[in-house]
Amino acid sequence: MHVALLVLSTFAASMVEMVEALTIILAVGVTRGWRPVGLGTAGAVAGLGGLVVLLGPAVTRIPLNSLRLVVGGLLLVFGLQWLRKAILRAGGLKALHDEDAIYQEELQRLKAAGGGQGRVDWYGTTVAFKGVFLEGLEVVFIVLTFGATQGHLGAAGLAAVAALVVVAVLGLMVHRPLSQVPENSLKFVVGIMLTSFGLFWSAEGAGAHWPGNDLFILVLIAVTALVSSTTVAVLRNADASRVGTVG
Amino acid sequence: MQTLKRFGLFWVDFIVGDDWTLAFVVIAGLLATWGLSHTGFPGWVALPLVIMTALVTSVGRARRAAAKRRQTG
Repeated sequence: MHVALLVLSTFAASMVEMVEALTIILAVGVTRGWRPVGLGTAGAVAGLGGLVVLLGPAVTRIPLNSLRLVVGGLLLVFGLQWLRKAILRAGGLKALHDEDAIYQEELQRLKAAGGGQGRVDWYGTTVAFKGVFLEGLEVVFIVLTFGATQGHLGAAGLAAVAALVVVAVLGLMVHRPLSQVPENSLKFVVGIMLTSFGLFWSAEGAGAHWPGNDLFILVLIAVTALVSSTTVAVLRNADASRVGTVG
Repeated sequence: MQTLKRFGLFWVDFIVGDDWTLAFVVIAGLLATWGLSHTGFPGWVALPLVIMTALVTSVGRARRAAAKRRQTG
């Protein structure tokens, strides 16, 4: 059950990040050509692969309790950040993530930048590299933390690769941003999962023993989901439009 | 030195995000869990309680900040 939850969470988190990377890649490809996309993406994938090769074996050598305390703690902080943003979005205090709008903004920015006449379009390459690397970094972080603390680095990695394949195939098919993917809802669910797993592992690393052992993760997911949904409901009832939005 | 500082700030922003108090509460909550677990109390109670309270408080702060900005702007 633990592994199934881990794989599903990694898949959903990776999918969200890759949809965002695809939007940037498409914008670069349409405005600056596909060569900078190829160069930037290849560079980013090489960099991310290097990180996995470097950090993957290192984290698996750390004693399990220390790993759960440190990595679980980091995952908890990271998950809370996701969940907080998702709650603010769902409650109307932060603009929803709109891939179509981001795509249009990116197109304007790339067109306005000019240049790109030389052998290598450094601007387009850098934008593609940054887009793929930064979104991919979140995937690497989630795969490493999820995989290492639970001892299923391979399963978490495969879930991320599966998400990459799904997004790449969909991207090739539709050739436009994947705005139909329920990104905001996925982010909300992923935030709940990251926070719950982070809570579970970091507390175990600090010496706590959960009642019912591994099954308690389900209670944590339920509690986190309940608190988050209630907070969203309270924000919506308080007429979010009246109080404006945060950055 | 400047590059090192920027590198550090990038990672802080990447992991901690908009509200640093949540990271602070995680550290405090883990210390409380460790303390309780090593003195015979059920340490598992502390962290979920502290974290859920901190999350709701953080969202409430963001809401009040948005309201204040709207009033002044």
